[in-house]
Amino acid sequence: MITKRIIPCLDVKEDKVVKGVQFKNHKIVGSILDLAERYSNDGADELVFYDISASTKGSIVNREWVSKIAEVINIPFCVAGGIKTLDDAKEILNLGADKISINTPALVNPKLIKELSDEFGSQCVVIGMDVKIIDNEAYLFAKTGNEKTAYSTDILASNWLVKVQELGAGEVVINAMGQDGVQQGYDIDLLQTLEKFCSIPMIASGGAGGPQDFIDVFKKTNVDGALAASIFHRNKFSIGEIKEVLKYNEINIRI
Amino acid sequence: MTVAIIDCGGANLRSVQRAVELRSMKTIITNNKDVVSNASFVILPGVGSASSVMNSLKSNSLIPTIKNLTQPVLGICIGMHVLFDHSEEHDTECMGIIAGNIKKFKPDINIKVPQMGWNKVTFNDSNKNKLDDYYYFANSYYSPISNYALATADYSLPYSAAVQSNNFYGCQFHPEKSSLAGQKFLDYFFNYNENITSY
Repeated sequence: MITKRIIPCLDVKEDKVVKGVQFKNHKIVGSILDLAERYSNDGADELVFYDISASTKGSIVNREWVSKIAEVINIPFCVAGGIKTLDDAKEILNLGADKISINTPALVNPKLIKELSDEFGSQCVVIGMDVKIIDNEAYLFAKTGNEKTAYSTDILASNWLVKVQELGAGEVVINAMGQDGVQQGYDIDLLQTLEKFCSIPMIASGGAGGPQDFIDVFKKTNVDGALAASIFHRNKFSIGEIKEVLKYNEINIRI
Repeated sequence: MTVAIIDCGGANLRSVQRAVELRSMKTIITNNKDVVSNASFVILPGVGSASSVMNSLKSNSLIPTIKNLTQPVLGICIGMHVLFDHSEEHDTECMGIIAGNIKKFKPDINIKVPQMGWNKVTFNDSNKNKLDDYYYFANSYYSPISNYALATADYSLPYSAAVQSNNFYGCQFHPEKSSLAGQKFLDYFFNYNENITSY
């Protein structure tokens, strides 16, 4: 059967990899190509490149980086940030990305999901969902690349999850905003709640701080992959080390 | 030795091209039938849908050319699907080079569709067991097990991970995205005319 995926994420702002805490106070952690190549060689199952300035400035991800990254890795590669149209998506895919992830533009124009899926196949279309619990309900947030532009929508995450699947999304990434960058574990309750509504691959994001967090998310939920940034950027653990621990704990993983 | 990579309109040709270049082969991305006919190897990548790939091949009058190829041909993912008779994806008539039909995975409590990620592939011939490894898949449709299966994988049911009929090869996984395993598989394909039992 298919293995669980470990997915490092490069949050990119002004041509550098940065990392914030709860989507704020971003600090530079490294250079794009060095990290991409290191993670690819270290056993990453996939790489995410997320231009966090794009969705908030109204600009698009710096396309030059997409082709440069594609040249140094040979694993699947997903690009997120400011992709609003079929043409944007086509250009990014032609530069070497395998998937595109959309968040705010899908909320603004849900039909875009269907158009992308019809044109490129659902396996190309990932929906990023930035979720925060407010009064015990999981709500979607938009324009989250910058604390000044981020806002709560009145859309319940579960309702949106059902809708994006109907429109042809091939995968969802659930970003638990409260857990982002704090390295205290994935939001297991949130993932358990949302997975009941999901029949496409689901990726957990936000909160990874150590091997036990990966073990917990794979043992306690049915997610297909775990995305992480701080833990790898800061060299706290390597991807290879995390994978060894997961394998020892009988989680199906590619080594 | 030129490898013709057929441009069927889908994205991500560059990844395939780069993976082939890393095997020290010369590449050309083309939809010209003479270039395809004269190449030493032909690769039919496929991102998109079976119908979009078939429409692109038809509009470039490539179907008779492909059917008559005698050099090794490799269809990747949708590029493999269109080698068969028919695909359930948009109810598409395909080229009919390999007998059989492409089916859709049915989602249930055990599996999510699309299949997305790394799955264990087992080659049927024990001489090729050095190719057994995890490969990257991203697909909702699959080729059932048949006499043409070269390798199999399991996703709630066993299916063909790679197929072969004479000089026509297909792989459901993406060798260009499958790290070292994918490079090994491409080497195997490019060594078609040599002693391949070393794999």
